[in-house]
Amino acid sequence: MIFVTVGTQLSFDRLITAVDKWSVNNPSDKVFAQVGPTDYAPKHIEFADFVAPDVADGLFKQASLIVSHAGMGSILTALKYKKPILIMPRRASLGEHRNDHQLATAKWLGSTPGITVAKDESEIEILLNNRNTLNGGGGISDFASPDLVKRLQEYILAN
Amino acid sequence: MEDMKPMRKRVLAVASGGGHWVQLLRLRPAFEGCQIVYISTNAGYQADVQGVLHVVMDANMWQKMKLIKMFMQVAWIVISYRPDIIITTGAAPGFSAIMFGKLLGAKTIWLDSIANSEELSTSGQKVKRFADVWLTQWPHLADEHGPKCWGSVL
Repeated sequence: MIFVTVGTQLSFDRLITAVDKWSVNNPSDKVFAQVGPTDYAPKHIEFADFVAPDVADGLFKQASLIVSHAGMGSILTALKYKKPILIMPRRASLGEHRNDHQLATAKWLGSTPGITVAKDESEIEILLNNRNTLNGGGGISDFASPDLVKRLQEYILAN
Repeated sequence: MEDMKPMRKRVLAVASGGGHWVQLLRLRPAFEGCQIVYISTNAGYQADVQGVLHVVMDANMWQKMKLIKMFMQVAWIVISYRPDIIITTGAAPGFSAIMFGKLLGAKTIWLDSIANSEELSTSGQKVKRFADVWLTQWPHLADEHGPKCWGSVL
């Protein structure tokens, strides 16, 4: 199963449309999409506007591939479960976010094992066609970097 | 009197849903031994944490009416819990918690999201005057007069 998610804050119809279109020619690949606050209804894939956190967690675990906006919640969760994640950054110029921080995220995380960046819809299609070559990463630690945890802890205890 | 103070620090940890919350969860070892209360925007997150979770209105800096309601909800929690420390990974609910907390004498920590790798978030820029500890997760965004970098959630 491919789990598509755009997070809970904003819709991202460009991503959903791209996956929906791809699905027409790939009906045997089951797709579930969490599409966010939008009136757009995909025609060829299962979807919900929102799913509860525990349901989303279950979908991450079940999925063989995550397709997502370049949001840190989706990315960190995919890395945690060692699932391959295909990210397409939102663009401020298209009204998809307030600024282009997702382009920056795609740039600095693009070469991390487990993460693949699709610049646009056409790359989504190409990369989905090659989905069997996308692998999960080596996982991440459960918690923040030890230096950050230590300094926060020291500060909390001292105040 | 100093020795009348409870031993356990009262920590209030605040994050909006999604990436902000996921990043806050990664800081939990820093709260060990503290009394901890959380604020977020989704009741389903209770399953992630041991401490009490308060749910407030999900609002961003561009939704005025929702913002006002959320500010009032956060203010009430801060006033009734009286935390020693407020820590947040953003966004708007964390900003308001830090603002109210600072007025009530709490020590406040802002950790800007790791997603903001080229400039600080809008809330992160505005929170400077209320944050005792003002952090970015990106060394290149830190400087003497700007936010500090103590490490990252990754």
